[in-house]
Amino acid sequence: MLFWIIVKVGVKSLWANKLRSFLAMLGMIIGVGAVIAMLALGAGAKKQVLSQIATMGTNLLVISPAQSGSQGVISGTRQNLTVADARALRGVPGVARVAPVASGGAQVKAHNRNKPTRVTGTTGTYLGIRAFKIAQGRNMSDSECETMARIAVIGPNVATDLFGMEDPVGQKIKVKGITFTVIGVTEAKGDQGWFNPDDQVLIPYTTAMKQLFGQDYLKEADVQAEEGSDLKQVQAEITKALRARHRLLEGEDDDFYVRNQADFIAMATAFTATFTLLLGGVAGISLLVGGIGIMNIMLVSVAERTREIGIRKAIGATEGSIRMQFLLETMIISGLGGLLGVAFGIFSAWLFPILFKYIQPDMAFQTSVEPFSILLALGVSVGVGIFFGWYPARRAASLPPVEALRYE
Amino acid sequence: MADPHSIIRVQSLVKHYQVGDDTVRALDDVSFGIAAGEMVAITGPSGSGKSTLMHVLGCLDQADSGNYFLAGEDVAGLSSDRLAEIRNRRIGFVFQTFNLLPRMTALENVELPLLYAGRRNAKGPAAEALEKVGLKDRMHHTPSQLSGGQRQRVAIARALVTNPAMILADEPTGNLDTRMGGEILRLMSELNAEGRTILIVTHEPEIAQHCPRQIFLRNGKVVPETIRRGADSGPAPSP
Repeated sequence: MLFWIIVKVGVKSLWANKLRSFLAMLGMIIGVGAVIAMLALGAGAKKQVLSQIATMGTNLLVISPAQSGSQGVISGTRQNLTVADARALRGVPGVARVAPVASGGAQVKAHNRNKPTRVTGTTGTYLGIRAFKIAQGRNMSDSECETMARIAVIGPNVATDLFGMEDPVGQKIKVKGITFTVIGVTEAKGDQGWFNPDDQVLIPYTTAMKQLFGQDYLKEADVQAEEGSDLKQVQAEITKALRARHRLLEGEDDDFYVRNQADFIAMATAFTATFTLLLGGVAGISLLVGGIGIMNIMLVSVAERTREIGIRKAIGATEGSIRMQFLLETMIISGLGGLLGVAFGIFSAWLFPILFKYIQPDMAFQTSVEPFSILLALGVSVGVGIFFGWYPARRAASLPPVEALRYE
Repeated sequence: MADPHSIIRVQSLVKHYQVGDDTVRALDDVSFGIAAGEMVAITGPSGSGKSTLMHVLGCLDQADSGNYFLAGEDVAGLSSDRLAEIRNRRIGFVFQTFNLLPRMTALENVELPLLYAGRRNAKGPAAEALEKVGLKDRMHHTPSQLSGGQRQRVAIARALVTNPAMILADEPTGNLDTRMGGEILRLMSELNAEGRTILIVTHEPEIAQHCPRQIFLRNGKVVPETIRRGADSGPAPSP
């Protein structure tokens, strides 16, 4: 009974100072909105990365050189993975197929158009391992790949950007001054944000290493394990084989990584968790600032209503009920601000990708508002209300009645 | 000493104030008793200590030393929560400046002490109290929509609603014109006639004379009591 009267009194006094109450709330609205939008951004990024990993291919193992440096200082990526290493992996038990990968960024030209894209030097098996399908034309053959043929299989995005509605198969493209003949186009896999598999040019690895990039080492080697094999087992076999090839002594660290999909998922999860934490932390600071704003307003309100506090005490209000009154008022501000902030956050999470698409049509990212983040934001906003309302409420409650009544 | 009919019994009350380097004795060994059903004026020139006495009697403040028995209970040294309860149950306040809450209706103002007492159905008794002071048709007006006299009657209704042992009025007519002030005093006398104990703190002799008994204060001391029976007019006896 008394509780509801106090709530009613609180709402009334907040309504009597509409603008002030709204400004106090604004801090919470922005804070909670920012937290929700930022967490949605993080969750969206995670979803995107995970779906990308899911389309990477099944039974995939990726071997890449380890990072160089010592005592935690990373100074670059080692150059130690050779074509011979990749070839040797074919003989490792449990390995079905191997594709060497050497890649880099380059401008690709056709007619008068050009486009920056990723050029991946590999073999025809790459498409099978990475679960690409050919939409038009054909794949690269093994002999073409060993003989530095100047042929290319292009992604659908490259095809539309360079050739529009024309059939790209049989057309010529130029990469760093070298002319390639397009022999095929891959099927669209869908944009996955951080890396777009539809936006690349595949050429023989020999051509890429010797003629385009002048590299002697591979960026990675993609391995597909045999159907039904134990990935951990295959990973261990590969590690053993490569350690022997690289002449690593007992006790020396591996100078390469062998990762499976689960490892990639773990990496991506760890990365997006850090990303989310960072964004959420920045947003959390605005929540803190909002809380301080509310405390400021409540202190003004207590000072302004000293006489009212005196009257209430004279007719029998205990310190507890005065404290409750001001604490509830703060919680109404922060709770209501939190609710409006949730709406604002959901709206922002919806608006960001649309605005971003307008600015950067080539890239897409998604946001995902999770119920957990709404509960978290609401909980925190009420918590902020209690935390920042406590001091003003205590100050109001401890006013001596005589002095409060005398106050003009 | 514990007279069963005594509502108030104060013994050797002392209260100091520190003003700069000087210590002011606002109450200097004050002792008296008030029986149930009395109507008493506490009077004296300004600075005589009557406001301080009123605050102590109203449990809004505590004396530095001495005893104060309110309805047989020693009030000195009680916790602030217990004092709040005593103000709520045993004392009804009427102030010079009315002290109604501006954003609430007359009815809500009168309900408030009952709500703080934890009573569930406060509307009925509050409406009754307003009817008693003749404001039945103004229940839903806010203080700003009422005249001064009406506001003071709302305040009296609020003081009455918890059925307290005594009503403590601090200059109740101070902000009213003579006619409205007269009405308020008449209302007080009526309530007294029903058996309620009434204390009026005032510096005006005419108001004080309205009360059958007066307690004069000067420099924080009680000037020997003059007891008068009936509404005897004439100049206030000089202490």
